[in-house]
Amino acid sequence: MYSVNYHRAASVADAAKLLKSGDAKLLSGGMTLIPAMKTRLAAPSDLVDLSRIKDLQGVKVSGKTVTIGAATTHHDVASDEKLKRACPALAHMASRIGDPAVRYKGTIGGSIANNDPAADYPAALLALDATIVTNKREIAAGKFFTGLFETALKDGEIITAVTFTAPAKAAYEKFRNPASRYAIVGVFVAKGKDGVRVAVTGAGDDGVFRSKEIEAALTKSFTAAALDGMKISAKNLMSDIHASADYRANLIAVMAKRAVAAANG
Amino acid sequence: MSDISLTVNGKRVSGAAEDRTLLVHFLRENLGLTGTHVGCDTSQCGACVIHVDGKAVKSCTMLAVQASGSNVVTIEGLADGADLHPVQAAFKEHHGLQCGFCTPGMIMAATDMINRHPEGLDEATVRAELEGNICRCTGYHNIVKAILAASETMSSKGKAKQAA
Repeated sequence: MYSVNYHRAASVADAAKLLKSGDAKLLSGGMTLIPAMKTRLAAPSDLVDLSRIKDLQGVKVSGKTVTIGAATTHHDVASDEKLKRACPALAHMASRIGDPAVRYKGTIGGSIANNDPAADYPAALLALDATIVTNKREIAAGKFFTGLFETALKDGEIITAVTFTAPAKAAYEKFRNPASRYAIVGVFVAKGKDGVRVAVTGAGDDGVFRSKEIEAALTKSFTAAALDGMKISAKNLMSDIHASADYRANLIAVMAKRAVAAANG
Repeated sequence: MSDISLTVNGKRVSGAAEDRTLLVHFLRENLGLTGTHVGCDTSQCGACVIHVDGKAVKSCTMLAVQASGSNVVTIEGLADGADLHPVQAAFKEHHGLQCGFCTPGMIMAATDMINRHPEGLDEATVRAELEGNICRCTGYHNIVKAILAASETMSSKGKAKQAA
């Protein structure tokens, strides 16, 4: 890969300062960024490593409020006992990202900052109506994910945490690409105090999105049967070597049904 | 260039390397520890799995400088002198390898897997946990057998220790 200068940030303020050097990028687990640098899809002049900042790590649960530090790894999200009680759907989702070695390094902040259209976390945060906290402001998940690999983050902005209210019921089901373990289609359903939210990843040609028609059906009745015969339009869905838009449309309904069944346990 | 210092297999080591140097290359080329292999170089095959601060990670997807200050264990550091580690012994006993290229990563991943499941392992769990390690010869069957056997040995040893 191209030559790069590495900096290890001691704090978020330190990272913000270092981020001003050249064409710097933030490095956390590096599970996407380093492969992207090897293939030269990314070529930052400088890397600012956030992974040793203790303030950015860990899961906190206080009543129904869950806060996850941006540099918390998928492994730590998957194995956090407090989270498993407050929102088991999210812990279970994290346990199926990539493979064990990837989960030890990859982080929630890195995943959402990258906003891969097939990543799992964007669907979870959108369905959980989460708030993304940065060193400058708070952004609602609905405003955060703006397109393929695009987010509302501005230059110099660093995600510090993600916070949400634990839903009454939730589940995530994904149809995985057997090689990459990314979602061909993933559906996260959550039933909270403000209603039902359903977010779909892996399928949209502009990234993660909410399915209003599934939300409407599940608001009437939060049961898998409520989705019987549901036809999802293939418009604005991706077609690629893994699956056609029509196939993905069908999978959205199937994954949503499975997710509701799992959420009702 | 950065000065990198870390503990590898119990020994303090240091050296200078370009910031872009991958940890696997630092181990192989600067330290001569060629047991850790580069298979795919795309984070998928797991031939490069080592332990960094007690966790099995892919050393082809980490910069050497990221690991500076860490405690690293490679396949060379697993045996106790001439005595093979229980996972190594089980791979030998159960023919868990043919060409052997994936074996260092398999064994490092397996050791981590067994440590994470002190309650014991079943076949389905082993197969799911091996998702990040690819073998092109064995069909995985004997690898799974070896890991199950090693898990058994290690947990009965643990129990014997507790009893003692």
